[in-house]
Amino acid sequence: MSSRLLSDVAAKRDLARLITGIENGDPAALRVLRAQYALGGHAHVVGVTGAPGSGKSTLVAALTRHARKRGQTVAIVSVDPSSPFSGGAILGDRIRMRELFEDSGVFIRSMANRGVPGGVARATADVVSAIDAAGYDLIFVETVGAGQSDVEVARLADTVLVVEAPGMGDDIQAIKAGILEIADVLVVNKADRAGAEQTAGALQAALELSPPATAGHHGPTKAAAVTEPTAARWQVPVLKTIATEDSGVEAVLDAIERHRRFSGEARARVVQRMEREVLQRLRDLLWQRVLESVPAARVRALAEACASRQLHPDDAAATLLSEAFPVDLQR
Amino acid sequence: MAQASEATRPLRILIAKPGLDGHDRGAKVIARALRDAGMEVIYTGLRQTPEMIAAAAVQEDVDAVGLSILSGAHNMLLPRVVALLREYGLGDVPVFAGGIIPEEDIPGLKAAGIAAVFGPGTPLSEIVQFIRDHTPPHHK
Repeated sequence: MSSRLLSDVAAKRDLARLITGIENGDPAALRVLRAQYALGGHAHVVGVTGAPGSGKSTLVAALTRHARKRGQTVAIVSVDPSSPFSGGAILGDRIRMRELFEDSGVFIRSMANRGVPGGVARATADVVSAIDAAGYDLIFVETVGAGQSDVEVARLADTVLVVEAPGMGDDIQAIKAGILEIADVLVVNKADRAGAEQTAGALQAALELSPPATAGHHGPTKAAAVTEPTAARWQVPVLKTIATEDSGVEAVLDAIERHRRFSGEARARVVQRMEREVLQRLRDLLWQRVLESVPAARVRALAEACASRQLHPDDAAATLLSEAFPVDLQR
Repeated sequence: MAQASEATRPLRILIAKPGLDGHDRGAKVIARALRDAGMEVIYTGLRQTPEMIAAAAVQEDVDAVGLSILSGAHNMLLPRVVALLREYGLGDVPVFAGGIIPEEDIPGLKAAGIAAVFGPGTPLSEIVQFIRDHTPPHHK
């Protein structure tokens, strides 16, 4: 065993342990994360979302192989759902990435969503930040694939890839789908299947029907709306791939690279994303404070009053707020 | 009123199939049982080399590794996984095995660092308990 391989393993082991700490909210890990925050910002973060069975994992594996040929180091964060009953999870995305396991320039981490809706876990953004600081060039974040509301990945990705497969939803579904609004690149995978042309056509039509809104149309807390407020508008390409045969993959990587250059010129997008991130964290922080200062027994007592219709839930909430924060937070 | 999901820290377990046999029903049964016990199971699929298993264990930062093997190559493959984990700094991660492993091979495997060997018909609860007993106490 060469010492180079062992030092590579050691670096991955340290990163892996840091990620576990971040996932578990370990204060020491979060301190490290903060300390190395300034080191990050160099990786290109690509969110990959789309319905289960559309072939996200296989496509990510193929994209990774091609990016490696271009000399980039790649990390993959793959999110799968936790069981709502046991809290456990089976994380199986590695099955489709086996040829990447031993590549020294590839880091793969499976993540359970731990009950958080929206396609990624609460800690995913911080995990991406840790991987970024570790120096990887390209980071793929593969979402749970819950479907149309699976848009949270736009909060942490520079480029969002939405993967569809033929015959997985009719034209109307494509138009309704919220995930289309966050797409920077649309991929019709399994393009050798019947209906691929129709699916690509429906996506193209949907894009024309509802062009991405400019940033000004959305409030800062909306997960959608990630286009540039500048005159130059990104044209979302619709690309066809057969990931299992490595067909069309190079073109997707080219589109990701084009989008990276395009958005690199528009710092506004990063600032906008950070704004959402800061507000989200403010919300988490406030919520944590509220939970700490509200006794469970008091909540129960007010809930009893609501259940017997003596109190409206709005008034119960206002009461709890005024008890927890006598002055500061009241309007 | 702290949220339960933040108080618990699920164990992370790698379930892998070393060797060439193409049958992973047993491995999947174990994976499901561990999930139902609240653990996060990384399942890597068939035909893994010891090098692939050790690399996955490093990147996934697992608390234990379970190996399912039916091919008869256990005396060669299982000690190799343990040796690689030690080399990679994961010597404290317990490795357990299941599948078709003759009784007479078990002492040799244990001497090579395999923490436990579970034969066919082992109650799943026994495997769950083994993992809980052999992983750090701060986990649930």
